Amino acid sequence: MEKSIRKYFPVFVLPTLIAFTIGFIVPFLYGIFLSFCKFTTVTDWKWTGIQNYTRIFFVNGKLDTTFLHSLWYTALFTIVSMIVINVLAFAIAMLLTKGIRGTNLFRTVFFMPNLIGGIVLSYIWLMIFNAVLQNFSKTIVSTQWYAFWGMIIVVCWQQIGYMMIIYIAGINNISGDILEAAQIDGANSWQRLKYVVLPSLMPTIGTCTFLTLTNGFKLFDQNLALTGGNPGKMSQLLALNIYDTMYGTTGWQGVGQAKAVIFFILVAVLALIQNKLTSSKEA
Amino acid sequence: MAKMKKNETSTVRQSKHSGLLTLFFTILSIAWIAPILVVLLNSFKRKAYIFRNPFGISAASLSDGFDRWKLGIHKAMCGLLNYSNGLKQTDFFKCFGLSLFITVGSVVAIILFCSMTAWYLTRVHTVVSKTIYVLCLFSMIVPFQMVMFTLSKFANILHLATPWGIIVVYLGFGAGLAVFMFSGFIRSISLEIEEAAFIDGCTPLQTFFQIIFPILKPTTVTIAILEAMWVWNDYLLPSLVLNINKYKTIPIAVQYLKQSHGQLDWGAMMAVLVLAIVPIIIFYLACQKYIIEGVVAGAVKG
Repeated sequence: MEKSIRKYFPVFVLPTLIAFTIGFIVPFLYGIFLSFCKFTTVTDWKWTGIQNYTRIFFVNGKLDTTFLHSLWYTALFTIVSMIVINVLAFAIAMLLTKGIRGTNLFRTVFFMPNLIGGIVLSYIWLMIFNAVLQNFSKTIVSTQWYAFWGMIIVVCWQQIGYMMIIYIAGINNISGDILEAAQIDGANSWQRLKYVVLPSLMPTIGTCTFLTLTNGFKLFDQNLALTGGNPGKMSQLLALNIYDTMYGTTGWQGVGQAKAVIFFILVAVLALIQNKLTSSKEA
Repeated sequence: MAKMKKNETSTVRQSKHSGLLTLFFTILSIAWIAPILVVLLNSFKRKAYIFRNPFGISAASLSDGFDRWKLGIHKAMCGLLNYSNGLKQTDFFKCFGLSLFITVGSVVAIILFCSMTAWYLTRVHTVVSKTIYVLCLFSMIVPFQMVMFTLSKFANILHLATPWGIIVVYLGFGAGLAVFMFSGFIRSISLEIEEAAFIDGCTPLQTFFQIIFPILKPTTVTIAILEAMWVWNDYLLPSLVLNINKYKTIPIAVQYLKQSHGQLDWGAMMAVLVLAIVPIIIFYLACQKYIIEGVVAGAVKG
């Protein structure tokens, strides 16, 4: 059987493979190559070695902290959004699995913002933020911290419902027998949460923290639409910083590409760590 | 006896709590959709009054007396003016059609080609198929920024900067997740069914489309939902690949409403946001069950 299928490679695999080559393999490899070149488009490259990488941090011999600022700003944003989203999503999921009236309706409402894309979502909130902040003669880009908490609110609104759905599925999977046994043994609700619910939810928690972690780290649309990186690049997350470097100033495409390679390595390391953690727990 | 009594009190207490919880969640739900309601309200308001009285409906405040407040409503509200402005400034229906075309086209292409590829890669054990599968897994952890410059330039060179062409790009960049998820499901299908089909004289194509593809339906729905949510809302990829002057998807139209008109017309923006949200909400309410199940299944496997 395998042999007769094998002959059908051009039908089954080739279309995907061609698109995959155009859409991923070639751009990826060429992207790595270009990070070592000076270029303005893909054909006029000139090999410059690691100059792009040093220009990320040093411009004309002086330390440039824009990228480093963006790096720690992104790290902080990722950690805060991960914690807030997961804690709130878990709390709502716990309360919504108690079988109260209207559970389905509430679930529907909380999940809805997730379907609205980052750009549209951000303009909804931009209007609301500025409408509220004008009473204090401020805007969402008055300081990088207004921008920070503004983006946190937006991603919370967007992602809490999504994570809640996953947590609800996880909680419903916990066998009622174990919970009942714990109750008969005299465990109070706090002890049941700590010793029964949370340990059985570890895989779900792993999934949700990973999703929120990568979502936060790769956030772009909300950053672009809500703050545009203002004030003065201070609220640029990494993805927007790379975009700005690549398309904002001519002659810096190479540096932007080098930043993208570093960005890719950071995301890959996060993914590998996550993979290690979950597989070691399952083993 | 004592235990039964204790149980009774705990049910009573729980139902008391559950009433409170329902109330709490009712309030929270209203707060949750309040931002959308505020935008809806302001989409009918003259742009000058949007920021002057963002959460009310009148140009005057109630403390000025009820009559002046009532008159103020007429002053602040402008009916559908923002909508006609917004439709004109963004050419919204064209954008909607384009978004719909790209989303449906990409999802159909991804489902069709990736399910075929996944079946082949799972059933044929060669170095080539193993390599392609590993590359697909690898592509899932690569952020778009890594390829955005080269991808958009290559798409240009290969004349893929059109609505048809971008479907190829989406198929290429979305293949990783789809192949991965389809493969996971195909591995759980028993080989006996396919062997029986082969013995009965089915070709691989017949076997796939008449036997395997129908079995894949739950996974197909999950992948279709995940990919559709991605493509419909995607901003960066189409804004870089497509010729923006000619082709704008909805997210691009919204973003360019801000960039291209100097001073942003908040009235038109409110109207366009409402127009952008309404189809999503209708779609969501119609397919809610599949969307929520799809998200759960996708998260568990991804």
